[in-house]
This record gives sequence, structure tokens and C-alpha cells, in this order.
Amino acid sequence: MNEITTIRPSTPKDWETDQEVRWCPGCGDYAILKAVQRTMPEIGATPENTVFISGIGCSSRFPYYMETYGFHTIHGRAPAVATGVKLANPDLDVWIITGDGDGLSIGGNHTMHLLRRNLDCQVLLFNNEIYGLTKGQYSPTSRVGTRSPSTPFGSVDRPARPCAFALGSGARFIARGIDVHKNLPSVLKAAHAHRGAAFVEIFQNCIVYNDDVFAPFTEKANAGHQLWLEHGQPMVFAGGTKGIALDTERLTLKVVDIADGDTSGVIVHNVTNRAIAHMLVEMPFGPFPMALGVLYDDPAPTFESAVVAQNAAASEGKVADLQKLVSKGQTWMVEKEPHAI
Amino acid sequence: MASAVHQVTPEEASANPQPEAVVVRFAGDSGDGMQLTGGQFTLSAALAGNDLATFPDFPAEIRAPQGTLFGVSAFQINFGSVAIETAGDAPDVLVAMNPAALKTNVPDLKPGGLIIADEGEFNKRNLEKAKYAANPLEDDSLAKWQLLKLNISQLTLEAVKPFGLGNKEALRCKNMWTLGLALWMFDRDREPLVQWLKDKFAKAPDLAEANIAALNAGHAYGETAELGAQGIGQLHVPAAPVEPGLYRTVTGADSISMGLVAGAQLANLKLFYGGYPITPASAILHHLARLKEFGVTTFQAEDEIAAIASALGASYAGQLGVTCSSGPGIALKGEALGLAIMTELPLVIVNAQRGGPSTGLPTKTEQSDLYQAVYGRNGDAPLPVIASRSAADCFDCAIEAVRIATQYMTPVMLLTDGYLQNAAEPWKVPDMGDYAPFPVTFHETVPAEGETFLPYARDEKLKRPWVKPGTPGLLHRIGGIEKAQGSGNLDYSADNHQAMTNIRRDKVLGIDIPDQAIEQGEAGGKLVVVGWGSTYGPITQAVRRARRQGLDVSHIHIRHIWPMPKNLGDLLRSYDRILVPEMNTGQLKTVLRDQFLVDATPLNKVSGQPFRIHEIEAAIGAYFDADGSIKAVNS
Repeated sequence: MNEITTIRPSTPKDWETDQEVRWCPGCGDYAILKAVQRTMPEIGATPENTVFISGIGCSSRFPYYMETYGFHTIHGRAPAVATGVKLANPDLDVWIITGDGDGLSIGGNHTMHLLRRNLDCQVLLFNNEIYGLTKGQYSPTSRVGTRSPSTPFGSVDRPARPCAFALGSGARFIARGIDVHKNLPSVLKAAHAHRGAAFVEIFQNCIVYNDDVFAPFTEKANAGHQLWLEHGQPMVFAGGTKGIALDTERLTLKVVDIADGDTSGVIVHNVTNRAIAHMLVEMPFGPFPMALGVLYDDPAPTFESAVVAQNAAASEGKVADLQKLVSKGQTWMVEKEPHAI
Repeated sequence: MASAVHQVTPEEASANPQPEAVVVRFAGDSGDGMQLTGGQFTLSAALAGNDLATFPDFPAEIRAPQGTLFGVSAFQINFGSVAIETAGDAPDVLVAMNPAALKTNVPDLKPGGLIIADEGEFNKRNLEKAKYAANPLEDDSLAKWQLLKLNISQLTLEAVKPFGLGNKEALRCKNMWTLGLALWMFDRDREPLVQWLKDKFAKAPDLAEANIAALNAGHAYGETAELGAQGIGQLHVPAAPVEPGLYRTVTGADSISMGLVAGAQLANLKLFYGGYPITPASAILHHLARLKEFGVTTFQAEDEIAAIASALGASYAGQLGVTCSSGPGIALKGEALGLAIMTELPLVIVNAQRGGPSTGLPTKTEQSDLYQAVYGRNGDAPLPVIASRSAADCFDCAIEAVRIATQYMTPVMLLTDGYLQNAAEPWKVPDMGDYAPFPVTFHETVPAEGETFLPYARDEKLKRPWVKPGTPGLLHRIGGIEKAQGSGNLDYSADNHQAMTNIRRDKVLGIDIPDQAIEQGEAGGKLVVVGWGSTYGPITQAVRRARRQGLDVSHIHIRHIWPMPKNLGDLLRSYDRILVPEMNTGQLKTVLRDQFLVDATPLNKVSGQPFRIHEIEAAIGAYFDADGSIKAVNS
């Protein structure tokens, strides 16, 4: 890569727009916006080459607040719009902002296919386990029993797990972050560094309709229930007193106590290990901590690069001659008008 | 004034077509290769200089159960020494490859017409499947037609015997045997077809030779079997008077694909096609997928919504976004169409209409999506609508759609239909030098210090600037929420929404389109027949015949469905009566009544089949008294 000459490095402030931010006071989206604006200078992004594309929902207002190019599209369709943008101009740095309803319910199909195709982009899915903008109905990630205006007696259907969905769809990068956690920019940086579709689930607190739903692991007092994953490091949590090991008899994960810093038997995280990734995305919170950070990162060829390469190969040695195109196939010449009978 | 709806009567449906042309219908099982046979016969007629029109009519099932009535696939061609605009009303010749094909098609055959039937297939099992109590080839039930029964299956097997094919493969050559006989009957050259078979089966020379042998055997049969004794001789249909030049045949799908590519080139844009497979629109995706050297990217999306959304994304990024579908798919695209209207980005949407509603009749033709095209979105969401009249016309219509989309920053809907998509006709190859380019200029000017860029500023045409992401100094955000005039910022205020709604309407109504021409006749007559889309052929012929009889009738065919040509209202009001034939229940009729407060009278047909000439001719005739004066307005 050539060194890019910049007049001055950007600051988080350069990524703010003049638009009034219209989220509820105390919404987790504010923290995510700040984290993204802090991340942009650190990854050397340029505003004109950056495009934020969103669907519909609270999170999807995001592009209006980023001083970049932005497209606030329709409910669930941001991945499809992003695919057209990226295929038309692969040099653009594309960020998709979506939520649990937008990305997993109405737009679940597009999310699946974007991840399967491996379009080079970042997908930030703000998961608050509720429909905020439509005033509090339960969402596809809401837990069984969630009482909401549309489920006054509690929801009965089992929730989708975003990271398991992403992995099952074929995603090659899966990470988790927390709206207010200091580690979020580093998770975003890792997502951006991955070439291909990078899926990031961000636990986002909806202060109005689903307050504290993630408190069991996001509250400071509960930080011991956070398992921050790091490539090459043993999976330890609770201040280094507990670790994750493999129950080789039952082929499942188990929590083990760590005495005197002895982490032997604790799994060393390897972001390219798909089998481990499967176990981490399925790991139930409660008996286990919440796996955070980069769960899986194993790049594969991207969709747009394959399309560009195929278009180039198919065009090789051919001239774009319109006259030739319209004259193709079996033709015949009418020299002069035959006599009508 | 009230108006009666004219329903087509059976008497009208069995009248005679013109004598200067011949109509042949090939009908067989959907696995018999009838579409291919018809296509090659078409080519031979075209090479002989005939004008022609075709009508492929096939079942929705890929391989419907063999021998069944619903599995019949047919291909009709009308070719002649005069200008041909329709596939013909009633066939002069029917080739029936099995009992089911005979049963479903023979009622259409002209009295005295010729039936060529493969008696080898008229066995007990096939007769039962076709629900024949007795073999129609053996009783006198076909007496009003001329019957030529041949054991085509047996004759084919004998012809291809030297090539050692299995029974099933050998019988696949039946269509070539039949085609050989048909080529003899009309004195056509076999050589182009032999060449075509050699190319098609280049990797399997045995199959090529077997097919050629079958073709030659069919031809030789005609020469040697002394069919003359049965009153069957060769028919010579001379070349039609056409403008000199280079010709080829095209289907609407071919012609639209090439038109879209030409339009993108004239606009100096790359073309992005987002599509999802659907009958009968898929052929456009297939065609464009092979044209990468023209800067074409094709993307088979996960669904209809993703197809249009990706195309819109590509337009946002600076290419020409295109998507094609048919009615059900267009319905799914509705919300994204609204987004394209709101964000004022160029986009071309092709709707190859088919019978509806819902899944309807996937392989049959209809014109019933006019309302959907003009009105079918939430909110006041105007967009230009163009309708193509013929396979060849699709080329110019596609270019026109690209021109309007890019010159006015708007989605444009182009209507074709199942008939236009599949039907082939001769096309005088255009000279691309005759088309004036309309290159797009992307906005790149950075505003002066202290000024801000206004993504919804407008020029004299009310068009907003097109800025490609990646352009420094012009960062902005767009989306589906109502925009403030100029800045494009979110704005829910009452006055602004009123103003923006008016602007979106006025921009579309102000699009520069040509005045409405009159196809036949002149302004100010007694009756005008007003059509749109693929009814062009039958209306043209029907009006021509009526005028020959001295009736004062004119023909107007509308390409620009929305906005409508500025002179159209005055033009329509200059006639005493207005007749609007449509393959729907009266959609253009309603729009004309609404826009111009004229007494447009509908003539409707929704059978999944195109209009026949005499159906329209009869409807015209009903307006006139014997002395040629127009009848008083009926109650």
C-alpha cells in the first residue's frame, strides 16, 4: 500500500455532522457513535471514501451523524444497497448499521446472503433485544417471556442468536462489543482490518423499553462475567480466577477454576479455529460468561474482488463495439425493395 | 355518457385472416422441441425475406407429464410478402406431434386448413391422456380440414438408424424431421439450419449428423412422397417489401438487453444489473450476463427486493442501476421504488408483464400492470412510465428509459410483456451513429468557503446533482425520510412536505417527451383506436383493414404512459369516439378518462392470449352504420 499523504490526521470531531442527534437521552447509541468517531482517525479512514449505510430503526439514524457519505435506506435492505455500492465502487469503505429487528427480522435474508457472499464491509448490529422506534415490541432476539405491547403475556418464541446466525451464514469475522465499554474501538478496528464481511454484535442498552437487559454482564459489578477473547491467549475471566476448558469426554466447553495463575488445560484462543468459534457463539450465558471481543477471524476471498476479477477476465480481448453487438447472430441483407405482389 | 364494454364474440374469433401470408403452428409435447423448431423455421422465413411475427406459447411447467393436455407447447409463425404485425389469427397449417397437441390446437385451425399429424404417437395411451374416446385420425371428426397423417416417429427412427442412437435420443430428432418437411413445403433453404446444427452439436458430431439426417429425410419425404396427389403442394411465399438494409431477428428480451447497454454507453456510464429469476424477465439477465466487456456487472440477488436495492446502491455509487422483473416481483420492489423516488437517483425498472394477479399465468401475456406502474406505490410517488410496442421497439424504448432516468435523476419504469419478451421479429439493424449521446456529468464542484453543498439544489429541469461517494468536499447523507428543500436534511415540516411533493410531481410532469403521433389516419376523425404496448400489431392491421373498407378510423399508439404527451388530450378530443383495446380490464382507458375527461370505451381481453386482428376489426365495425357514418352513442 502506498503511503497516503494527509494534510493533518483527522480527529474524532472531524467525523461529527452538524445534525442534531435525536436518540433518547441515555441511549447506548450515543456511546457507539462516539466509539466509531474515535475509531475512524485511528484506522486512517478518509471521510469521502467512507459510506455508512443503514436500514430502519433507532440505530439506522446513525449515518446522519457521521461526516461521511451516508445512505439511510429502507427497513432491512441496507446489506442489499451496500452490495450494489461496493460492486459499483470497490474502493469505498462500507459500514452497515443495523439492529436486531432490521438485520435479523425483516432483513434477515439480506444479512445472511451478505455474509455468505463475503462482501468486504463492516456490519454493526446494535442488539437491544427490542423494537425501539416502533415503541417497544419484542424483537427476534428478545428472550422468552419478554412482556411488550405486542406480547402482554410474555413472548413465547425462542430468540435468534446473532453471532450463531452469522457464523451459520458463513461469516469469516465475528466479534462482540458493549456500547459503553472502552474496548469497543479496538473491536471496531479489528473488524475494519478484516478483509471481507466483518460482523459485530454490539450489546446496546435501550434505556426506555428494555433498560438493563444486559446488566448481568455489562454492569461494572458484573464485569467478572465478561470473557474478553484475545488471539493466542488463554480464555480466562473473573480476574483470572476462572477459565474455559474443553470437556473432552462430552465435547463441550466447561468452566474451570484457575489456581495460582496456572492456566494449563484452559483453551488458548485461536481466532481462525472455526470449531471453537461454533462453541463460543453457542455458549449459554449464565453457566458461562459472555464471550466478547473477536470470536472468529479467518479471511477468505471477497465477493466484490471475485466479481471484478471475473468481469475483467470475461472482457479480456473483447472490444465494447455497440455496432457489432447489434449486428450479431444470423443476419441478412435486403439490397433493394422487392416488388409487392 | 355511458359506454358499453365490447366482449369478443365467437363469430368474430373465427373470421379469416389475410391471404398474402401463411400462418403455421407447431404443437407438441413440451419435451418435443417445438420452440426450437419454430425458432429455426422463423429464421428460414426471415432469410427468405418474409416479414414475420411469432407467438411462442408454452406451459409454465418445465417438463409437464408427457402427452397431457396441459403439457402442450406451441409456436406460431405468421410470415408473408406483406407487412406482418401479428402472429396471425387462425393457422393455415397445424403440425400436431401428439393427440394432446391436436386436441388443444385444432379448434383454432382455419376451415380447410392442413393438419400434419404424427400418427405414430396416436396410440391408446396418448389418446387416453388427451381424453379422446376414439382416434380422431381414424374417424371423420377432422373432416372440415385437410389431414396428412404420417408416422413421423417411425420415419425418424429409420432416418437416424445409421448413427446408433438409443430409441429415446433417436426420437428426439423428430422435430428436425418435421422441420425438414416444413422447409420443403415452403421451398426453404436447408443450408443455414445444417450449419446451425453443426455449431450447436460441435461437441457431439454424431448428434449433429443424426439431426441433419432427420432434417434431410423430412425434406426428401416431401419431394418424393407425391403429396400432390393428396392436394398438398409446395407454397411459395415471396419476400416482403421492406426497407433495404441489414436485418436480423430479435426477441424483446434481446432488444431490451442491447438497448440498455446502448443507453448506458450513450450516457457514458457503467451498467449494474440487479436481478432475481422470474418468468418472463429472466432472459434479460441471461443476455446481459454475457456482455461484461461493455462495463456490465450482473448480480443475481437473493430476492426481488435485494435486486432493486442493489441496483439503487449502484446508482448511488455512480453507475446506471437496472432491474427487471414481472408483476409479482415488481410488487416486491415497490418500497425500494419509493426510495429511488425520494432519493432522486436514476434507475431503470423493466416489467415484463404476465397474467396476474399473484402468480397468475407466468408464461402467458397480459397488460394488467399499468396501474401498478403508474400508481403502485405508497405516498404520492410519481415516476415516468414507457411502454414498448414490439420486439424491435424495445431497443429504442430502453434507450429512452436510460435517457430520462439519467437526465432527470428519476427511476423509470419500462413496460413490456410476455409476448414481446419471447416473440421474434425481423429487425433492421440500427446504425449506432444515428443515436446522439447524452453523457452524464457528475457534480464535483466543491462549494466556496463558507458555503455548504446542497444535494437537493435543482436545475431548470428540477433535477438534483448526482454526486459519487468518493468525491472530496461533497459529503452528504440521503435517505427515505422527507428532505428539506436544498439541504436534503431531515424535515418533517408541513410546508416543506407540500413543497417537496409538488416538486417531485412537477419534475416528472415536466419531462421532455415527444408529441403524440398518429399511426394511421388524421386528427379530427370519427373513431380513433388508442393502444399501448404489444397490441400494436393487431390494432395496426385491424385499422388498416377498416380503412381499406373506407371507414374513418385512426390509430394512436402511446409510448409515454406517464407523463403523457402534451398534445394527447386535444388529439383525443378531436375524434367523435375513442376505442381502447387492452389486454386488461380497462386500465389505460381509466387513465385517459381521468387525465382528459374523454369518453374512452374499453375493448378488453384477458385470456392470456394476444388480441386477434378480427376481434379489433369487429369492434371497430360495430361503431359504423352500413353507409360509413358513425352510429349514435349507445346508451
